[in-house]
Amino acid sequence: MGRTLAEKVWEQHVVRRAEGEPDLLYIDLHLIHEVTSPQAFDGLRMAGRKVRRPELTIATEDHNVPTVLGPISDPVSRTQVETLRKNCAEFGVRLHPMGDAGQGVVHIIGPQFGLTQPGMTIVCGDSHTSTHGAFGGIAFGIGTSEVEHVLATQTLPSYRPKTMAIEVSGELPVGVTAKDLILAIIAEIGTGGGQGHIVEYRGEAIRKLSMEGRMTICNMSIEAGARAGMIAPDETTFAYLKGRAHAPSGAAWDTAVEYWRSLRTDDDAVFDKVVQIDASTLTPFVTWGTNPGQGAPLDAAVPAPESFDDPIARSAAERALEYMDLKAGTPLREIAVDTVFVGSCTNGRIEDLRAAADILRGRRVVTRTLIVPGSMQVKRAAEEEGLHEVFKAAGAEWREAGCSMCLGMNPDTLSPGERSASTSNRNFEGRQGKGGRTHLVSPAVAAATAVTGRLTAPADL
Amino acid sequence: MDAFTTHTGRAVPLRRSNVDTDQIIPAVWLKQVSRTGFEKGLFSAWREDPSFVLNDPAYQGASILVSGPDFGTGSSREHAVWALQQYGFRAVISARFGDIFRSNSTKMGLLPVVLPGDTVEAIQAAVEADPSLELTVDLREREVRWGSEKAAFEIDDYTRWRLLEGLDDIGLTLRAADAITEYENGRQRWLPTTA
Ligand code: SF4
Repeated sequence: MGRTLAEKVWEQHVVRRAEGEPDLLYIDLHLIHEVTSPQAFDGLRMAGRKVRRPELTIATEDHNVPTVLGPISDPVSRTQVETLRKNCAEFGVRLHPMGDAGQGVVHIIGPQFGLTQPGMTIVCGDSHTSTHGAFGGIAFGIGTSEVEHVLATQTLPSYRPKTMAIEVSGELPVGVTAKDLILAIIAEIGTGGGQGHIVEYRGEAIRKLSMEGRMTICNMSIEAGARAGMIAPDETTFAYLKGRAHAPSGAAWDTAVEYWRSLRTDDDAVFDKVVQIDASTLTPFVTWGTNPGQGAPLDAAVPAPESFDDPIARSAAERALEYMDLKAGTPLREIAVDTVFVGSCTNGRIEDLRAAADILRGRRVVTRTLIVPGSMQVKRAAEEEGLHEVFKAAGAEWREAGCSMCLGMNPDTLSPGERSASTSNRNFEGRQGKGGRTHLVSPAVAAATAVTGRLTAPADL
Repeated sequence: MDAFTTHTGRAVPLRRSNVDTDQIIPAVWLKQVSRTGFEKGLFSAWREDPSFVLNDPAYQGASILVSGPDFGTGSSREHAVWALQQYGFRAVISARFGDIFRSNSTKMGLLPVVLPGDTVEAIQAAVEADPSLELTVDLREREVRWGSEKAAFEIDDYTRWRLLEGLDDIGLTLRAADAITEYENGRQRWLPTTA
């Protein structure tokens, strides 16, 4: 019987297999940031261990960093960043600190350096590591104990998750983006729908996506509960990688591409679970609740809790409407927001900034609008294209790279009761600041919303 | 990590679904570089509400959390596990857990117990009817017992063994050091390095 892409990549990385035990999996790339690593380095130190393969490890400062120039004013944040610097120096790990040209959100810098390649295993102490699966590898988030384990051994004992196919047929209509698609998928299968599975996104609509769009899709796999998301590599993948700093070159490139072409699910392979989605019927999608599965087309109204048959979904909806201060039946287009955030590892890449700039060109924003590039390299690229001028002329704030208002560990937060339209990935209670209310949207919807002050699709302008 | 064999204690019913790790421990608490002191951050936003179940005097000192489905979704922060343990919880019962949370728990010796949704609700109802009710979570027998009731739960043999013995994964893996070296010698040369 044929094998799925996930099975092929997994098998390629099994160091040791024994009856009744998890596979010992080799890890090709380990990404580190300041929040989930200090206790792991402490553990190494206490046990007198070293980092086994520092050259397969890379670190960046992203969660705590301010997005305006200057030092970190919060002493606790500063200590955490300084701790990362000390640990990287002591253990010989390459670090991209604040202000460095290579600094950025951990899931943006891997692909931008060409370190994220097809067929690799990639881990990070961060759930959105699933982003890297867009290149056709297995990439997943781990906790701090596992970070320590990977630092010490470059391996991880893991049971192979089950496999799930999400087949997206048809073509996304004009004005409907990868973000709308993944929000619609999560609303369809639920926040637990992918639990215990590696999802492979397949089908015509996926093939037509750019690498940026594919990363947006895979990034949010975790919001559907999946262990990882992946997309088979193809010409789009190879074109994106070619010439990047750490991509193979010369004869090695040809060898690599030949191998990468074998990384696809065999025609007779069987998935444990299959979901079908028709892309051609989709419209811009937003969330109304406090988990990413609580979403609806922008054309719809806030749902009534009674409309959910499942009692658990009903009480979750009741709670969400109370927290979000929304009334059932209100058209989503009438929801007024105070702040718009464009950025994060979901939508902080150059294509996302272009999409926002296309809407804002020649228009003015009426809300506080933060545009935060996902990395310093994205920032430079945007400035070379003059996008920053578009944002500034529209009245938006053009910031330095970092996680920013995605989770509000730095000074960029919502105040209690404030409402945002955000291109990030989590609308959890208090995610963007205590008491803050988040609506997840695409960059185009975010920009259109900034212009009107209400949730708005670009086509409405 | 802490070994887990069997634990008897009182329980707190948390009648919410999708309890994400941002609720278990909000991001502001993640700035610390130590492994201790996270109990103060546990459910810190929800605990500001006097009617939140953890504030109910009837449940003080409880050591088993009984939650709605999809507990521990979202962020990979192991701080969520540390906060639960440091607050005094030894086990969490739910119909479904976020994958990373469940994995983090078993690394630390906090036992995630998966039971069917209606069994979880039955336990919640029993605890609400009598907050002094004691539950026993028995990893050897793979069952939860309360009053005259019991329910079996599944956990794979390997994870159970590690928890019963309180074994450190790194130590176990290093026994395979030769296999790791051998694997490394066979890796493709074009695979990237960060050097
Ligand atoms: S941008 Fe947001 S989701 Fe991505 S790594 Fe940073 S905090 Fe996490």
